[in-house]
Amino acid sequence: MEGLYFNINTGYLDALIRGYRNGLLSSANYINLTQCESLEDVKLQLSATEYSTFLSNVGGQLSTSIISQHATGKLIEEYQYFRSQAVEPLTTLMDYISYGYMIDNMALLITGTLHERDTHELLDRCHPLGWFDTMPALCVATSIDELYNLVLVDTPLAKFFRETVTAADLDDLNIEIIRNSLYKSYLEDFYEWAGKQESPTRENLQSLLEFEADRRIINIALNSFGSELTPEHRLALFPQFGSVWETAAKQLARADDFDQARIAIESVGIYKSLFDSSGGQSIEDHFYRREMELCKAVFTQQFSYAVIWAWLKAREQEIRNITWISECIAQNQKERIQNFISVF
Amino acid sequence: MSVKATVAGLAITTVAAYMLFTGDGEQFNVGEFLLQTTPYMWACMGIGACIGLSVCGAAWGIFVTGTSIIGGGVKAPRIRTKNLISIIFCEVVAIYGVIMSIVFSSKLTLVQGDGLYTPQNYYTGYALFWAGITVGLCNMVCGVAVGITGSTAAVADAANPSLFVKILVIEIFGSVLGLFGLIVGLLMAGKAYDFK
Repeated sequence: MEGLYFNINTGYLDALIRGYRNGLLSSANYINLTQCESLEDVKLQLSATEYSTFLSNVGGQLSTSIISQHATGKLIEEYQYFRSQAVEPLTTLMDYISYGYMIDNMALLITGTLHERDTHELLDRCHPLGWFDTMPALCVATSIDELYNLVLVDTPLAKFFRETVTAADLDDLNIEIIRNSLYKSYLEDFYEWAGKQESPTRENLQSLLEFEADRRIINIALNSFGSELTPEHRLALFPQFGSVWETAAKQLARADDFDQARIAIESVGIYKSLFDSSGGQSIEDHFYRREMELCKAVFTQQFSYAVIWAWLKAREQEIRNITWISECIAQNQKERIQNFISVF
Repeated sequence: MSVKATVAGLAITTVAAYMLFTGDGEQFNVGEFLLQTTPYMWACMGIGACIGLSVCGAAWGIFVTGTSIIGGGVKAPRIRTKNLISIIFCEVVAIYGVIMSIVFSSKLTLVQGDGLYTPQNYYTGYALFWAGITVGLCNMVCGVAVGITGSTAAVADAANPSLFVKILVIEIFGSVLGLFGLIVGLLMAGKAYDFK
């Protein structure tokens, strides 16, 4: 039925996003990029693709950070254009997408302030998609109560802020706990919202979200060995959906070393090869590859709002790839240059 | 919604019970209604439904396809001319409706006085009504089907030009559905004589 009404508001945007998806760098482009000898060559190669003139205004010496900064700028510009075209329920979806970045920005700012870094430098490093007006005020918060009452209560994040954290002062561990519990309620809320959407949107969004939840659960489990978190505490930080939650969550929460966690995770069919590092890939690389495959699958169904998210993720991965390749070229580390993830 | 339904049901029951208990129950008479309604009304409603539903189907298909062609054409302008064929396929559905309406309306001739209420004229009226509904609904569904396929064709063509012909074949199968309705409509109305 979605085919009857979807195109009324989103037909143009859907086809446009698919057009942008076709402009993603293909494996042939990547092969050309890996042959480059200098960053100037990279610029030249990229000018033959969708990126065409994005570096034309840059004078002087190129650096990896300039390339990645401009590529991100281009992504944000395109995303803002889509945002201005979108109507409900796509706008809500785009809001949800931005909440994730907001949580990351918040954690970045508080951690930075804790380590007495310069506020302006921190604000520059925040992701533009997760910008909210009261963000600079985050730098003055010294306790969790203050953080909530002064800053977060006016932001969309307020509804994710549960009274789960009792500690009064902000230190590194607590910030990480706040971040993860915020992320947990954010993902659960997003998942619930996705469940109310029409058919292809629902399945596509849920498959992306389930993967996101799995990734967070595994990351929390792998990063909390030897910390003072009890198994119950860890379990409370896990988003309560996805294949890892359904099968291996309790086992993972009790795991105290890498091997126990590995056994628990490998019991989930789709993550069997997660720890396979024969090709020099890290766990993170496996996650990125799986994420890209999911995104590619989203584009096989028409009349689905999830394409905007899949496109955003694919573009972010593309920027990571370009940054990786240029970094390898800049540092003359040609032997590791193949470690990028390309599925399109 | 359910409150409205309850109120409406209650009102109808009250009126029906009032009519029944005051001896006017026979005023609600389906057979009488059908006999008294002029066959012209049925015929004209059939013709109107035929063209109206067909045009709605065609318009629906055109906007579904059109939005996708516009969006896809931003990054791949080459698709814009080629995909006009999908628009034409939708348009054809409206033309079927127009043709059938013209065929049906040729059976409308003026009959004056009581001579109108003959079995033959009743038959013509009902035949045109249901033939119109058949053709209209068939064309509407056909228009939607062709429109959605056309939208997919536009998006697929933008991604990979070799897919266009393959999806066009599917689209042609979809557009044949309207033709089925047209044939059945012709057969239904073919047995009916002009009004006389």
